[in-house]
Amino acid sequence: MLKVTNLTVVYDDLPVFKQLAVTFAPGKITGIIGPNGAGKSTLIKGMLGLVKPQSGSASIAGQPLNKQLTRVAYVEQRKDLDLTFPINVFDVVLSGTYGKLGLFRSPGKNEKKQAAAALEQVGLSDYASRQIGNLSGGQLQRVFVARAIAQKADIIILDEPFVGIDLKSEHEIMQILKQWRSAGKIIIVIHHDLNKVTAYFDDLVIMDHGIEAAGPVAQVYTPENIRQVFSDDLSSVLFTSQAGERG
Amino acid sequence: MTSIANFITALSRYDFLQSALVTAIMVGVMSGIIGSFIILRGMSLMGDAISHAVLPGVAIAYMLGINMLFGAAVFGILAAVLIGYIATRSKLKTDTSIGVVFSAFYALGFILISLAESSTNLHHILFGNVLAVSDNDMISTAVVLALVIIFVIFMYKELLITSFDPVFAQSYGLNTLVIHYSLMLVLTLVTVSALQTVGIILVVAMLITPAATAFLWTNKMHVMLILAAILGVLASVIGLYFSYTFNWASGPAIVVVAAVGFVFSFLFSPKQGLLFQHRKEPAKRDA
Repeated sequence: MLKVTNLTVVYDDLPVFKQLAVTFAPGKITGIIGPNGAGKSTLIKGMLGLVKPQSGSASIAGQPLNKQLTRVAYVEQRKDLDLTFPINVFDVVLSGTYGKLGLFRSPGKNEKKQAAAALEQVGLSDYASRQIGNLSGGQLQRVFVARAIAQKADIIILDEPFVGIDLKSEHEIMQILKQWRSAGKIIIVIHHDLNKVTAYFDDLVIMDHGIEAAGPVAQVYTPENIRQVFSDDLSSVLFTSQAGERG
Repeated sequence: MTSIANFITALSRYDFLQSALVTAIMVGVMSGIIGSFIILRGMSLMGDAISHAVLPGVAIAYMLGINMLFGAAVFGILAAVLIGYIATRSKLKTDTSIGVVFSAFYALGFILISLAESSTNLHHILFGNVLAVSDNDMISTAVVLALVIIFVIFMYKELLITSFDPVFAQSYGLNTLVIHYSLMLVLTLVTVSALQTVGIILVVAMLITPAATAFLWTNKMHVMLILAAILGVLASVIGLYFSYTFNWASGPAIVVVAAVGFVFSFLFSPKQGLLFQHRKEPAKRDA
């Protein structure tokens, strides 16, 4: 169980959220939704210590998470990545093994095998030696998922993994998430497309400067909750269209 | 042609020219390697700033009669820390913070040098005088070169990942600040070494131009490092030849040679040479 307690993060004197508490269960894919600026990415960054919280922390099995970051694979939202960097696909995936290697040790045969296997899993073995700027958005995202595989982590966190990528890549990434779920890992996905919520997630966390609701999708993904956090319009569109599909 | 023959004869005859050549080669290697990281991290301006900010350290070391490396290291790191501190503790952007800090340090350096010394020395510090390199300078340079190579070999994967994807590096627990300041420290040492060959004003050119040229030719970081080192050496040696033959200041001579290499690559390199660009465009996204 990944447990966040009493987490407060402040940006420029304005609290993003205060005393936030939430848990993430192993063997589940947990989605986090909420309007822009609700603090979804900040929650993740606060948990990992990428942003320094005013108070609180995340812990796994009672131990602080930021002391065991090699158990975490974090696939960040790709906005300002340097696509001209002289690095190829294989070496990006290989960097997933760096955390467990520690300082001064170079990746050896085992690590390279690990990276090759991860690349194969996302179906990009043929692209191993390609410079990363010469990939489509979907392929690039699969490369970062392959890196997460190579990290052999227990906790996998993806921030908006499906933004701007093709359906095939989205499908393949979803398959990987399900494999991780079967392996009993904790999987957290920040997501914006409310249409896919019921199809993709087991548990759901709704955020708006704090936790609005959390639990199994069937209990949390309700017209009332969506209306409260997003808008009446969105709620009625989403839920009537779903009712229509079912009918 | 006869001038090249003259240069080679002079090399075999004069110790000072041999020292100059060896120093120039060592500086070419180290500035190519460290410069590659500087440009890959988008820190060209920072490289420029640190190289200027060591000036007060150089002056103080001169006054105290200690090795310039120590003075420079102290002020280089101080400048790097101050730049980082101002940028994080205010709403100013990093480039603004760099502008304020390095110009202040540079100005302080000028004042200290004018207090300490005659104008000839200032001229050497500003524009380099590789023909006047002493044995001690050469030994210091060799120590710095060894340090650079050890640093890059042992920290290779950390330097790679913090340059390419620093947030990812942090997310698995790497202390990216330590890597950043280690690199800044090594940069100040390289700056002091390069100061002898190209002078403080043009150190940034030695850091950036060979690395930028190498970047145009390859998609692999380790190839870029090696290529940048080779280009740094070529520029240094050819520049030294011009400096000796035509009595030009060594700094400008070396930097102009490096810039010619860059222009050539900018036009002809297969990766992004202007002449190839229109041919490459359609094939780019063939995935």
